[in-house]
Amino acid sequence: MIPFEYAKARSEIEALERGAGPRAAFIAGGTTLIDLMKLDVMRPTALVDINNLPLDKIEVLPDRGLRVGAMVRNSDFAHHDVVVKRFPVLSQALLSGASPQLRNMATTGGNLMQRTRCYYFRDTVYACNKRQPGSGCAAIDGFNRIHAVLGGSDQCIATHPSDMAVALVALDALVHIKGPGGERKIPAGEFHLLPGNTPHLETVVQPGELITYVMIPSSPFAEHSAYVKLRDRASYEFALASAGAALELKGQRIQSARLVLGGVATKPWRSREAEKVLTGATADEKTFQAAAEAALKSATPRRYNAFKIDLAKRAIIRALNNATQAKPGGHS
Amino acid sequence: MTEELDEGKFAQVAAGASHVTPYPHVEFSHADVKSQVAGGVTQAVSLTVNGTERRLDVDTRATLLDMLREQLMLFGTKKGCDHGQCGACTVHVNGRRINSCLTLGVMHDGDEITTIEGLADGDELHPMQAAFVEHDAFQCGYCTPGQIMSATALLTEPCGSSDDDIRECMSGNICRCGAYPNILEAVKSLRGARRPAR
Repeated sequence: MIPFEYAKARSEIEALERGAGPRAAFIAGGTTLIDLMKLDVMRPTALVDINNLPLDKIEVLPDRGLRVGAMVRNSDFAHHDVVVKRFPVLSQALLSGASPQLRNMATTGGNLMQRTRCYYFRDTVYACNKRQPGSGCAAIDGFNRIHAVLGGSDQCIATHPSDMAVALVALDALVHIKGPGGERKIPAGEFHLLPGNTPHLETVVQPGELITYVMIPSSPFAEHSAYVKLRDRASYEFALASAGAALELKGQRIQSARLVLGGVATKPWRSREAEKVLTGATADEKTFQAAAEAALKSATPRRYNAFKIDLAKRAIIRALNNATQAKPGGHS
Repeated sequence: MTEELDEGKFAQVAAGASHVTPYPHVEFSHADVKSQVAGGVTQAVSLTVNGTERRLDVDTRATLLDMLREQLMLFGTKKGCDHGQCGACTVHVNGRRINSCLTLGVMHDGDEITTIEGLADGDELHPMQAAFVEHDAFQCGYCTPGQIMSATALLTEPCGSSDDDIRECMSGNICRCGAYPNILEAVKSLRGARRPAR
């Protein structure tokens, strides 16, 4: 780790002022930042601790949506009564991630900002266009078992690892960002960027900007929702393939649907192709299989990760089944 | 020039002899260790560790884990992977279990830290420690402090009641010796029992 100055921000204003410094970084839970600083992958020279900012509340809004502070810990988010009952895909996604200890530190904002687990990115000895633009991508012709089959480019195929982000995209969440220029809000599905020719640019957050809240609207498909995560171990492991599904059901008929993939793409992967198959169809195995086929139709397998295509389809079908059977939790 | 290291001294230390230091050519100063590596930024931090207030000067890069072990000489908390992937470094901060390897010492000014050394009451083992002994829930012992810190915290967390629920709630602590079945029994033996007072 290179030496750095450290300061605890006592207000949003102070955080933004300090965050504007050259090579400054905000530190919340630290579970990504300190991990990568130890590897010299991230090298800020000033850390601005935002743990004291009053952004740690979950509020139920009059319209029954949720306003979640950026500093809410993943564990508190996952176990919140309203999240468990009315947004099950989100609670399930959060609880499938990391470990209890990590969830006690990780925050809403930090989870959105987490970096890829690509081992070439994490090891500075390898060529990595994300870490060093123009240096090449060691994964494309390397051991790419955990890499993306969707959303990759010839410069980067690194998988986005967040479970929470998949669920937020499925729930049409809005991310609120504050910067020196003011405040703005971005749909969760547009928060993360495709690598394209600029894999070093991962989110819409500009240097010095702070995530303040995530707003989750009340929606007719949130209660029949589920998250399925498939991986090499039963727990404490990133996804090889995952699916977040949400269905608005009228009897057995799907009125509207959301289907988002994790573990297989360079960003949380909303499949409008699958949603088109699902909308207006009967909630049965045949429909779910057709949706799964549609979702993976454009997938590009690499040498070591072709298995992900079938695995992702199965995750989708299981998630859709679980979503159909989810019992709505009632009002809060 | 490096000194010759005395193999005999290593053997004595391995057998638990506390009067022999394995690295006689390195001098530890204790609570006032300054930045050991050139260029580091040193900062003061005050925090309560196992009930005692400590005031330290620490390199901003020092993790809470490093600070506990190297400056406070609390060696019970272990460094297994240093990257949040094993749970051996689990401690309680303000009553919550976290991986101390992925947080900085300077971030915890004003916080209350409990390490494995802080569970027992003098010579009286914490009920979870006693349960681990009774159920033979360890072999080499390296993951054990982290397991016990996690298990103790689990008792006051929203964790389901089935065996699989406990396994899931303990999944952040890895054991290479495979003591998992007995760890599960140790945790189960305290659940549903009167919650320990601490």
